[in-house]
Amino acid sequence: MPRALFEKTGNAVYISHLDLMRLLQRGFKRAGLPLTHSQGFNPRPSVSIALPLSLGVESRCELLDFQLEGTPVPNREIRDRLNEALPEGVRILEVYDNGRKLKELTLLESLVILEYDAGVPEDAAEKIRRLFSGGEVMAEKKGKKGPVQQNLIPMIRRLEIEACRDDTLVLSVLANCQDPALNPGQISSAISLYLPELRPDFVRYLRREIYDTNVDQFR
Amino acid sequence: MTDLKHRILPTVQKPARYTGGEWGEIKKDLKDVRVRVAFCFPDTYEIGMSNLGMRILYGVMNGMEGVWCERVFAPWGDMEEAMRANHLPLWALESQQAVRDFDMIAFTIGYEMSYSNILNMLDLAGIPLHSKDRPGLHNIVFAGGVCAFNPEPLAAFVDFFSLGDGEDITVEIVSLYDRAKAEGWSKEAFLREAAKIPGVYVPGFYRHEYHEDGTLAAIIPLEGAPQTVTKRIVEDLDNAFFPTEMIVPSTQIVHDRANLEAFRGCIRGCRFCQAGFSCRPVRRKSPQVLYRQAVRTLEHSGDQEITVSSLSTSDYRGLKELTDQLIPYCAEQRINLSVPSLRADNFSRELMEKLQTVRKSGLTFAPEAGTQRLRDVINKNLTEDEILNTCAQAFSGGWSNVKLYFMLGLPTETDDDVLGIADLVYKVIRVWKEHASQRKKGLRIHVATAYFVPKPHTPFQWEKQITPQEYLRRCRLLKSHFYSRSIEYDYHSPDLSRLEAVFARGDRRLGPVIEAAVRNGARLDGWDEYFNYAKWYDAFRECGVDEDFYTVRGYDEGELLPWDTIDVGVSKEFLLRERRRAYQQMVTPDCRHGCAGCGANALLKEVACDA
Ligand code: SF4
Repeated sequence: MPRALFEKTGNAVYISHLDLMRLLQRGFKRAGLPLTHSQGFNPRPSVSIALPLSLGVESRCELLDFQLEGTPVPNREIRDRLNEALPEGVRILEVYDNGRKLKELTLLESLVILEYDAGVPEDAAEKIRRLFSGGEVMAEKKGKKGPVQQNLIPMIRRLEIEACRDDTLVLSVLANCQDPALNPGQISSAISLYLPELRPDFVRYLRREIYDTNVDQFR
Repeated sequence: MTDLKHRILPTVQKPARYTGGEWGEIKKDLKDVRVRVAFCFPDTYEIGMSNLGMRILYGVMNGMEGVWCERVFAPWGDMEEAMRANHLPLWALESQQAVRDFDMIAFTIGYEMSYSNILNMLDLAGIPLHSKDRPGLHNIVFAGGVCAFNPEPLAAFVDFFSLGDGEDITVEIVSLYDRAKAEGWSKEAFLREAAKIPGVYVPGFYRHEYHEDGTLAAIIPLEGAPQTVTKRIVEDLDNAFFPTEMIVPSTQIVHDRANLEAFRGCIRGCRFCQAGFSCRPVRRKSPQVLYRQAVRTLEHSGDQEITVSSLSTSDYRGLKELTDQLIPYCAEQRINLSVPSLRADNFSRELMEKLQTVRKSGLTFAPEAGTQRLRDVINKNLTEDEILNTCAQAFSGGWSNVKLYFMLGLPTETDDDVLGIADLVYKVIRVWKEHASQRKKGLRIHVATAYFVPKPHTPFQWEKQITPQEYLRRCRLLKSHFYSRSIEYDYHSPDLSRLEAVFARGDRRLGPVIEAAVRNGARLDGWDEYFNYAKWYDAFRECGVDEDFYTVRGYDEGELLPWDTIDVGVSKEFLLRERRRAYQQMVTPDCRHGCAGCGANALLKEVACDA
């Protein structure tokens, strides 16, 4: 099954996971690339996205598995034709065969961009570093049966202050993305909870890269 | 730093409604643009983007050199709250710029219950509500759509109305504005010139005077305005503009599919139906053109579903030819083809079976009335036999879902007619017992009743609406006769239809009421989540206006009607004749049996009525 690496940026970050599936299906159709369909009463086009992205989050590393029917089309051409047929903000970076098994995709590198309208508070970087070097940082996560408390520390491989400008503080976080998965939103809510003086005015998130358990790039 | 709007977006429901950027969106370079039009739909994105008329006119205006038309929709409540809290004025999707910076503000209005949204959107945009408070050419507000056929409740707010099909008249209006802006005309000068365009109605050029009993005494044209304004029509739909490159929303909308229009007008003449009369005469597209447009639309959009719409699609003469071509194409492309509003004739039955190979959906009938007597009164040409025969076929083919729609409060309706609905439903159940091939699934009959709203430009435009109490009594009476578990009965609360009746036949004295209701917080009235009659009730009391005057009173045949200035082509004599026939329980055969003389063919200059 071919796989596409794509990014979701700009206004496209506000498109929900389900809507994105529909958008991609239409994109294939517009590009004249017919998808195979599932069997059964209500046949569905065969597309699936590896790790559903939360609304509002930007990503440079989304994976899409799909299956075409009819005469084979070279991967580069699939990429180009799709890019001609997709709205702004959804861009296919690469199409390739023999993608790795998704269960080996275990780590995700995210940027958590904290915005402070009155400027980044003093010692913020240091305080955050100290908070996440302890043994326990609890944060809530929406579970299927309501909110659950999770300790973030065992899920985090690496947390760094990547940049600290006048009013933004950028954290890069390498953490588990499968059972259990860390949601980058938990990082900012933990900061607001444990370090109320560092509660940001706004937070943005960006998914930057995906890895296997050895921190080798996953494709 | 993230700007205010982008900080709000992640916090509201379905933010993709507010960002634009969809496939097929039209953007222009501002330095090539002389006239900017903010095309507002007075409801949410999901509803507005499902509206074919808006899509057509979006294409028409953007097809004009030097003109950029952008879309604006009513924000959902959570977004409105955030906008107000942060002083963020309403913006248009394409440029994301404030609506108040636009030259022209256009509305398309298809539903009376969106009047509060119109005012609320102007308010959110920071544009003065009253026409008189917008002295210049900038922010000129105009409106079209079915509700423009009685525009009086909005007369104080909207500078002018565009009546009828918009393809040609909109170009004339926007071109005139282009010239007016370039030459620096005053607003008055522009409106005077605009009023000379056939189909343009400038309410400010008419004075309404009332008798002591509240009825209209006179409508006096000023500034040389015509006594009546006749709606515009497109005679040749094959050559009319149709946008095959349409916007494809990135988020799900109500009608999330490609949409084609087979014809305009209706041959049927159901006496309650406003669209049926006000969209006459009948004009159709040829099946060849429709097929071509279907294929091009689907190729551009990537849609996996297409629907052929019109008021009564099975009356489309080219239906067989069209579906013979379209069904194989859709099957090959794995596209679902749906043909709504099919009737119960043989061809339609065959067609339904063919389409079933693509997808199964339920059976829907709108007998509107429970007895043949009352169906004759309303001229709804659907017999019990047709319904039961179609049901029998469908049940033996394995279908087990039926939806039946009725109205309560129709002229001359008695309790016998109400109970006739129950009778009909039980007959459907009996047919199921006799014919069902898949008994295990069980039968589901969904029955819904609506509260009859008399509409302008119909033979029932003079009728009384029954009181809400009486409507509810009839609903309960009906309900007490439904005891099968297969039946699911829904009736709407009467409040919304009562308001709809007020505004459908309303006059200028309702302007202050709408304004007061919006001040009280009325908005998104078409949505159960928001509709609250109390806000309107208070507004009526505040303004000293009695709802009953417009509803249960009924209008006298000799009375001057607020919409008498508007000519939709169908003559008053014809409407009166039809009303008489209704009371005599006389049906008027559909136009295919012969022209009934509605008068609308007089609007055609080049061709004959294509009923
Ligand atoms: S002009 Fe005659 S045929 Fe045409 S819509 Fe009117 S009644 Fe029907």
